Amino acid sequence: MKTIADIMAIKEKMQREIILRDNLSENETRLVVGMATCGISAGARAVFNALVDEIAVRNLKGVKVTRSGCLGMCKLEPIVEVYVPGQEKITYIRVDAEKAKKIIASHIVNGNVVEEYMITNE
Amino acid sequence: MRELALHILDIAENSIAASASLVEIEVATDEKVLTITVTDNGKGMDEEMQKRVAEPWATTRKTRNIGLGLPFWKLAAEMAGGAFSIRSKLGEGTRVKASFLVDCVDRAPMGDLAATIAALMAAENTDFVLRYSRKGEGFVFDTRELKAAGIDVTRPAAIKLIRDMIRENIIITDGGTVL
Repeated sequence: MKTIADIMAIKEKMQREIILRDNLSENETRLVVGMATCGISAGARAVFNALVDEIAVRNLKGVKVTRSGCLGMCKLEPIVEVYVPGQEKITYIRVDAEKAKKIIASHIVNGNVVEEYMITNE
Repeated sequence: MRELALHILDIAENSIAASASLVEIEVATDEKVLTITVTDNGKGMDEEMQKRVAEPWATTRKTRNIGLGLPFWKLAAEMAGGAFSIRSKLGEGTRVKASFLVDCVDRAPMGDLAATIAALMAAENTDFVLRYSRKGEGFVFDTRELKAAGIDVTRPAAIKLIRDMIRENIIITDGGTVL
């Protein structure tokens, strides 16, 4: 059975990533996944975990995934809102695990918004 | 929702929305019955709301006048020969309990409970405890211990690490059989 002690051992090795709250919070990129009943049943948990995995594997600093309640557009779920400091909010709709990886690679790493997944004025 | 773990995520999200600082999730299985209890110290609800809360038209959300989380959960338990109950006290918290017959054909599979806990951990102002046991064996996971050890459990690298640890512990507890 793995215990907190095991996590601590790993923490020592990857101190930079798991340290105490760093001072990045003001300059942090945030990805917000809608996690109400509508989002969850549409696959938000898989999207959340895919975003976390991609950020962790790429060792990206100053990027966080968080969650929110119902955004009022249930049929467009799973929805991911991306807040990059100094830029306008981008809303992606009907995201899945694959799209989530592409959003990280294209938008977060390379700064290119993935227009095909963005919300439009329907 | 095809997984019990997805329902657990949904129910625990209610606790976060109720401003709970602590949410305890207990998944206990014996030979016949699987019991899932979600207990929070959030703002709770009055008796009138408690009576209506498992009906689809009871909701506090402002974007729609329908809330399906608890009705789905009640249905999932009752379909599987189990029971559903909710106890709440205004200002003190809420406990939602659902039980299932393990071998009932209509019981949904547990699914990825570790991914559920991972998605919850990103809630900055709430701590989570998972008590997982099967036929007496099991483990306890507590985000307060991690925070006390200086780990920021909202960072993606930490979430991934902890999720994989919980997943491994569940497999050990279950002895390789899928719940």
